[in-house]
Order: sequence, then structure tokens, then C-alpha cells
Amino acid sequence: MAKCVCVIAEYRQGGFRRVSYEVASAGKRLADALGTNVCAIAVGAGIADKAAELGRYAVDKVYVADDPALANYVAETYVPVIADIVAKVDPAVLILPASVDGKDLGARLAARLQAGLAQDCIEITSQNGVVKAKRPIFAGKCLAWCEWPQGALPVISCRPNVMDCLAPMEDKKAEVEKVQVSIPQSRSIVKSIDLDTSGKIELTEAEIIVSGGRGMKGPENYTLLEDLAKILGAAVGASRAAVDAGWRPHSDQVGQTGKVVNPNLYVAVGISGAIQHLAGMGSSKFIVAVNKDSEAPIFTKADYGIVEDLFNFVPLLTEEVRKLKSSCS
Amino acid sequence: MNVVVLLKQTPDTESVIRIASNGKSVATDDLKWIINPYDEFAVEAALRFKEKHGGDVTIVSWGPQRVVESIRTALAMGADSGVLIEDPALDGSDNLGVAKALAAAVKEIKPDIVLCGSRAVDYDEAQRGPMVAELLGWPHLAFAVAIDSDGSKVTIDRPIEGGKVVLEANLPALVTFGGSHAVWNPRYASLPGIMKAKKKPLATKKLADLGVDASAVGAGAAKIVMSSLEMPPQRAAGKIIDGGLDTSGKAVELVRSLHEEAKVI
Repeated sequence: MAKCVCVIAEYRQGGFRRVSYEVASAGKRLADALGTNVCAIAVGAGIADKAAELGRYAVDKVYVADDPALANYVAETYVPVIADIVAKVDPAVLILPASVDGKDLGARLAARLQAGLAQDCIEITSQNGVVKAKRPIFAGKCLAWCEWPQGALPVISCRPNVMDCLAPMEDKKAEVEKVQVSIPQSRSIVKSIDLDTSGKIELTEAEIIVSGGRGMKGPENYTLLEDLAKILGAAVGASRAAVDAGWRPHSDQVGQTGKVVNPNLYVAVGISGAIQHLAGMGSSKFIVAVNKDSEAPIFTKADYGIVEDLFNFVPLLTEEVRKLKSSCS
Repeated sequence: MNVVVLLKQTPDTESVIRIASNGKSVATDDLKWIINPYDEFAVEAALRFKEKHGGDVTIVSWGPQRVVESIRTALAMGADSGVLIEDPALDGSDNLGVAKALAAAVKEIKPDIVLCGSRAVDYDEAQRGPMVAELLGWPHLAFAVAIDSDGSKVTIDRPIEGGKVVLEANLPALVTFGGSHAVWNPRYASLPGIMKAKKKPLATKKLADLGVDASAVGAGAAKIVMSSLEMPPQRAAGKIIDGGLDTSGKAVELVRSLHEEAKVI
């Protein structure tokens, strides 16, 4: 069989992250087009028993590096270990998540492999066996198609939340091969990991985002958005103006400096729509804008616009969503 | 503590982006150029290290002569000297090609630490820092939103999905910067700073000066190419929910639309 499409699965705190299934699914679609199969690389501690489950997402074989020294992602250890496995597998294409760790891993790995990396891709195609990948540039103001010269290994990281997951095949298990790896001495270490257990949803992985800008007038008013977000199961974002004003943490910032998000629904409240903000949320599937200024640029991007004072409107909206949710359940 | 900041000049984030007539690059004729904001955060962190530990801050950049203006801005903020790698052989390089040139410049300077943005706001590649670290054989800590160093090791806070990791590395090491203006609050150049910057050393170097083989970089050595650009699909003009409804009526209609038409809630 032709060289496989190889995906790198991301494992954290006892499970594969959803984005791992997304890259496996994207890998499967590409492998079908190239007439080959999908293999995977999984790195971590105590993961050999879990790796077979990647079979549910059409992975035929998983190469596993399982070692206590690999419990947490550190570029200095993960990169040489994965590079050694890639050399052994000799894939046609390498696909990995464009998660926080994945983007970092991909870049250092590409340098080690002397390969070309297309980062944060939103589409992968092939024509007559030639692979192409599409990625946003300028935070989505423009899109670039990447190609690889003959003989170069395409390395592609996929933006979370974009690649459709296959329907899982519940009874399929992947073959698992434990690989003996040599783990280099690392000069960098993980001192601590602090996972938020409050159930706060990560902006880049949220299906719904409620975001507030300068129109919120102060940090205390974000409870309005938090109430709405809670009922919607949404994450709360903010514009640069709100973050610069110190109303919201920087981790909430959506925009060209900040996070680029692509939820199913983005509700922009009191956000005028500066070009750098629009770049960060413009690829959301549906956009709702609430602003009292009917001339605000955000309305040119919004599927549904509401010209109202947010302080009057948002509580009513929250109440209507509450009614809907209670009637659905 | 000697610091190198790898600095890229990028178009201002308020820029409207147009595709050039070749269909493969962005039109640059009417752009306003700035220091990549994430690199500017790195400059700020470097200056704070200098204030705490002493030592020199060197700015290393690449590109055409217009980049000199951005290096001078960093010098006006307080950096000590600059290096611009300007060589037509670098044209068409992929990230790895650029990283080779930058790594060679770092080797010559021999700093204790290298700082740069986690990504640049133009091509959003997020590759330069990790690649330079790999080429140097150094540890790298990516995506810092807080940084501290005692001069022998460096510690950062790194936000990950749903949490935070604290990482530490022994120097020499490379750190890339995430966060935002609100986190790093980069200083403005003062007027005396701007005057002083004019006299600070700024060297222009060719690849040969750095011992980089021109055939290892540039279009010929690229392992990936941008073959074409396209504009994102235009969003169809949306509808303003009005229809003479009162505020409450609009809320009802919006929820109905999102539930029945858009099917997103």
C-alpha cells in the first residue's frame, strides 16, 4: 500500500482531545482520496491501552510512545520522539491539531524534519495525488492555498472546530504498536499544570460565543453576558477595547491580536466592529450584533442585527432563550 | 543578561488586505508598517530584563530597508543595537529558510535568551520561534503571558485550552510571547529615546556575513509554497430585526430566527 496519511493525536489528562478525532477524520478523507490508509502517532504516559480507540475514527494503526517522562507536553522531548517515529513510519502526509500545543509542536517538528508546515488549516484537498491546504492569513482577512514541492513532506495543522468528525465506528479498534523511543534529556520542564475545573468553555473550541465590547461600559456589566452565556452553554469573549480597559482578562480577547474564533454562533454585544475584531470572528457561522448605533460596522457582518440599547435588550434575550431551553428539555 | 529579540515588521492590524496582481501575494503599496505586536511585547519584556539584570538588548530582523524604521522604533523604546538581515537571496524563503538566517545571527551574538512573538499578525505562521530554537538546539517555551528570570533560568505562564501551565528552562533558551497589549503594556518611545536611537548601532548583514549558504534558503530551498491567495467569501448582508417590534418583540423574533432558521440554538 502507498505511504499512509499519518495523524498526531493529542492526549491530555487521561483522554484524547476532541481535536484528535477531527484530525483523524480529516486524515481519513485525504487518505481515501490518495488511495491509502490512516495511521496515527500518540505520545503520553499510560496511553497504550487507550490508543486503540482511535480506530473509531478510521485510524488503522497507532504508533505509541508511552513513557512516564512523556506525561506532559514539552517540545524538547516530544519533538525528537515524534520525529523518530515519523522517520520510521515514512508517511505521505503528516496532520496534527493546531491546538496550543500542536502549533508549537508542528513548528519545531517541521524544522527537525526539514519539512514545510501549513499552520492552522481549514481545508485539505488533493488533486491527482497532489496535496493542497488552505489557511487563513491576516487573521482571516485573506486565505492562502499552500502546496509542497515534489519530495517535501506536507505537514498540516488543522484549526480546532473546523474539520468535521466522522461518525464514530463503535466496534472498530486500531492496531497498536508500542515504539521503543529514546527520550532526550530536557533543559525545560513543566513546573505545574492548573486546569480550570469551573467548566469555563475555551473560546477557540466554543460552539457559541457571547462577546462584549466598549458598549458594556464597565466590568460589572458583563454579568449580563455571563447570564446569557450560561443558558446558551456559551463562552464569553471580549473586544480589544474591553480588554485594554482592564474589564476582561486578555485570554478572552477576540481579534487579530487575540484569539481567532469560529463558533456556530457569535453574539457581539456593544461591539462596534473594528477591522481587527472582525478579522477574529468573521468566520463564525452565524453572527448576531446588538448595538444601539445602527451605523456600527459590525452590522455589515451580522446575519441578524438588533438596533437597541444592550442594557434593555440583553436581559429580555436571556429570558427568551431561557423559555426556549425549558420548552426543549 | 544579554537578550536578542527577533522582530518582524508587519502591516498595521487596521489594514485592509488586498491580493496583488500575481494572485500569490498581498499588495503592499499602500500599507502602513508596524512592529508585529507580539514582537513588541517581546521588546518590552527584554527591556524589563535589562532593567533588572543589566546587559544588552539586540534587535534582529530581516527584510527590506523599510524594516529599519521598525528597528529604530525598538531602539527608541530602549534596545541597544540592531541587526537587519537584508539579502535578496532570502526572497521566497519559507519559515525554515528565515529561521536559518535568524539562528545564524543569534549564534554570532551569543545571547543568554532570545525573545520573539508567538506569531506575526500578517501570515499567522507561529513557526519562527520554535524553528530557531530547534536549529540552535535550545529549549523553547512558547506562548508566554507572564515571564520571570533570575539570570540562569526562565519561567513562563502558558495558557492552554482550559487551563494554565508553568514552564521552566535553563538558559540559554528561547521564549515566544502570547498575551495582549493589556498584558504586556509595551512602552512608547520617548522623545529623548527617539533622539538617542538615531545614534545607536544598526548593522545590515548579508547571508554570507552570517555564514549562511544562500542555497539553503530562498525560494529554491522552500519546503512549502503559497500557490494562490483568495478573499474569504463575502457574508451576505444580514437582516436587521425590526418590523416595528418593541424591544421585547425583537428578543422573541431573534430567538425564533436562531432556533428555527439558523438552527444554532
